[in-house]
Amino acid sequence: MVITLIVNGQPRAFNSNSTLTQLLDELNLTGKRLAVERNGEIVPRSQHATTQLHEGDQLEVVVAVGGG
Amino acid sequence: MEPLIIAGKHYSSRLLVGTGKYRDFEQTRLAVEASGANIVTVAIRRTNIGQLAGEPSLLDALPPSKYTYLPNTAGCYTADDAVRTLRLARELLDGHDLVKLEVLGDPQTLYPNVAETLKAAEILIHEGFKVMVYTSDDPIAARAFEAMGCVAVMPLASLIGSGMGILNPWNLQIIINELNVPVIVDAGVGTASDAAIAMELGCAGVLMNTAIAHAQQPVLMAEAMKHAVIAGHQAFLAGRMPKKIYTASPSSPTSGLIGS
Repeated sequence: MVITLIVNGQPRAFNSNSTLTQLLDELNLTGKRLAVERNGEIVPRSQHATTQLHEGDQLEVVVAVGGG
Repeated sequence: MEPLIIAGKHYSSRLLVGTGKYRDFEQTRLAVEASGANIVTVAIRRTNIGQLAGEPSLLDALPPSKYTYLPNTAGCYTADDAVRTLRLARELLDGHDLVKLEVLGDPQTLYPNVAETLKAAEILIHEGFKVMVYTSDDPIAARAFEAMGCVAVMPLASLIGSGMGILNPWNLQIIINELNVPVIVDAGVGTASDAAIAMELGCAGVLMNTAIAHAQQPVLMAEAMKHAVIAGHQAFLAGRMPKKIYTASPSSPTSGLIGS
């Protein structure tokens, strides 16, 4: 089964019954200093491995960049 | 020189710098080092999906162990977006709660929307954030931000990135005189004399980005700004001589001139 997620505003097909950790791994983001918001709520790093993703989930994956 | 104290924490430098608009991370690193700043602002943005895992990041150039990161809400036009951005920042930076709040009201002038900023500040303070707030140079707004618990109030000197300098020293002076929390000029500084003027007025510090990043030689300007902030603060502490309008006063003895 494949579900569609919205990751940083873009639709993305993903395996159902997968976790946030698996998504970040697929996106080559493992080990990067980042933060994730799912449907408007922060997902703490400690819960990435146990957070199941569902059809239509809206994810924001952010990093720190240069700014003033 | 006595340290800058924000939310109970001591900082040896009164110059705070942004990390945007530099040519590359190496130039960022060199300029920040030359500025002597302890506090550096960063923005929070969506990561590039598909970026290579080993690509350098800002955190490599400016290790959080060495600098105090001040995540900002640049580009946010609503209280809701600003609050969400800083919640992400706190998660990103392992619970770090010192933040720079700015809620903009207009894409041309980047002028702050004080009503939305007040709304956001209230939520953030309630959630335990230590809020350094970017605002207009309205003394009543500044007073409101202090009263609600902001740890620093940061009025603009002129528009963000404009380099137009200190346009209304009179308003800044009212704010400095009335507030007890640090007042830090944020935005508008163009060159070293602007920073010195802000400090001579009695500001606790100056925050700048473009004045350094868009100088012809950013690293040299960063060093100039370091000196300007120190010089301006020392001049403030020393207390300037009174102005004597149209009244000259010779510095050399008036007697003993030859031929007299």
